Amino acid sequence: MSSQTTIATQPAGGPPRRLQATSKRYGERAVKWALAFCALLSVLTTTAIVISLIGPTIGFFEIVPGSEFFFSVDWTPQFEPPSFGVLGIVAGTLNVVIWSMLFAVPLGLATAVFLSEYASPRVRKVVKPVLEVLVGIPTVAIGFFAVTFLLPHVIVPLWPGEFLGGAEGKPFMALAASLGIALMVVPIIASLSDDAMRAVPRGLHDGAYALGATKAKVATRVIFPAALSGIVASIVLAISRALGETMIVLIAAGSTPNFTLSPVESIQAMTAYIATTATGDIASGSLDYKSVFAVGAVLFAMTLIMNIVSIRLVRRYREVYE
Amino acid sequence: MEAGGASAPRNRLAVAGARATTEAMLRDQPRRDVIRNTVFAGLLLLAILIALAGLVALVTQALVRGSSALSPDLINNPPSTAFPDKAGYRPAILGSLQLIAGVILFVVPVGVGAALYLEEYADGSRWWNRLVEINIQNLAAVPSIIYGILGLAFIVRGPLDLGFILAAGSLTLALLVLPMVIIAAREAIRAVPDSIRQGSLALGATQWQTIRTQVLPAAIPGIATGVILAVSRAVGETAPLLLVGATVFVTFDPTPFGSDGYSAMPVQIFNYIVRPQDEFQTLAFAGIIVMLAVLLAMNSFAIWLRNRYEQRW
Repeated sequence: MSSQTTIATQPAGGPPRRLQATSKRYGERAVKWALAFCALLSVLTTTAIVISLIGPTIGFFEIVPGSEFFFSVDWTPQFEPPSFGVLGIVAGTLNVVIWSMLFAVPLGLATAVFLSEYASPRVRKVVKPVLEVLVGIPTVAIGFFAVTFLLPHVIVPLWPGEFLGGAEGKPFMALAASLGIALMVVPIIASLSDDAMRAVPRGLHDGAYALGATKAKVATRVIFPAALSGIVASIVLAISRALGETMIVLIAAGSTPNFTLSPVESIQAMTAYIATTATGDIASGSLDYKSVFAVGAVLFAMTLIMNIVSIRLVRRYREVYE
Repeated sequence: MEAGGASAPRNRLAVAGARATTEAMLRDQPRRDVIRNTVFAGLLLLAILIALAGLVALVTQALVRGSSALSPDLINNPPSTAFPDKAGYRPAILGSLQLIAGVILFVVPVGVGAALYLEEYADGSRWWNRLVEINIQNLAAVPSIIYGILGLAFIVRGPLDLGFILAAGSLTLALLVLPMVIIAAREAIRAVPDSIRQGSLALGATQWQTIRTQVLPAAIPGIATGVILAVSRAVGETAPLLLVGATVFVTFDPTPFGSDGYSAMPVQIFNYIVRPQDEFQTLAFAGIIVMLAVLLAMNSFAIWLRNRYEQRW
């Protein structure tokens, strides 16, 4: 070792100078380990989440049979005897996710196409940050806006009459929460899809124009397909945000578990159940307490799957253009 | 070019043919495509206007319905069920400030430390380092209510057993925004060019000296932007706090470790929202105005910071 690193650096006279560190540098190593510990904390967080979900969930399944939990559609924990059919609130979550995406995906993608292909740099520089402000609005405010403005002044007047039982006179409904969530995730879809479309090599874009394609054709047939995996990843991210959104569904969608996908019904989402049940002084060992963790575990599993899909897609899309 | 003389007529013929074809296509194009193009552009514009209209409607509604409650009382007075016209947000604002102070104290050293490790020390080909990276990406998308469950089972009760105190809420929020800070700090650190590091190392600085005196100072604007955005997320977060003890009515000034309970701005707004009386609804709107103003200021500052100190190497 030392024979290799001890090189004669001075041409004449004096002993050859050693290029090795003159001390062991314990401080350097300590810093490295301290920083590594910071990084490790994030892994510990995940571990803690999994551990804290698993314990009470196992306790829950010792009392409530798995067949009831996974296959029954009645979520009535407060009844006597209680029924814990998680499908009753999974349906509530899916209801809100589906209807919010039905609005958010077209709006978000159209905004992204506009920003990346149509808007002048100046317009883009103003519109994009303004839209991103929407992401920063507290979800309490969006939920309250959904139930006091969107529901009475947008949904009720625009709803087609008695379709699906009509929208009139309902204090809460899934659609109000869906529109609130759509408002929240449109900027996410728009911003990430815009980035994906701008990452498409300039050559594809210019080539299509040189062949005489119109702006609409370049946008829909060249840029959009080339950026598709990034666009899908942005939608997946939006879905996982909608799955986990709590305050908007808690305020605007009501609190009645309802196995339906109808947008004009009052429903309860998984997150809303957790937030209403686990507040403050819930008794630690009770069945209600354990049910919160069982529902949390289902929600965690659902978002985990969405995250894995999203990470895969983003990675694939990165490989194409870097 | 030398052959130009001989093939000139042929070239001319080819050019004329191409021109004729192009002109034929262009003449063909307008009718259908111009209409389609305009309709398409119109639809895009409509979409973006709907999204912006949502934002405008939200802000306007809050201003219209909440401005009557905007007064010094709103900030100075505690909430009250008996006198809604005198009720305010004092404990909630103090609670939010303390929560955020705790978040910053935790998240800045840990988040920057983790980012420095991943960018400057970690060997990306090792499985454990890749595990940390994937894990951080994953954590960034875990729903906030799950962090609430973590806070309830792990911090308030369980291993840490802090009880329903403000510090527990602060730690929960800190864990929630930690992935955001790490991701932003990593990007800022990655943007510092390698030549800076190599120059410093070549002058005999150790790795930590290089990081401390060269990399970190250059990355500070980016890190600060990420921290501000993360803090503004934490300010507006409600759901996890409901689980870790931000309780219904707190009429006194909260302290970090006091076990009498604490409140936070969005939680207090939520408590006013669920009360049916008009006075409380007005209070809720007024609270939303205050929060929007604070968050807008923070986000604008972050964007300004990013543009002001953005370095092109």
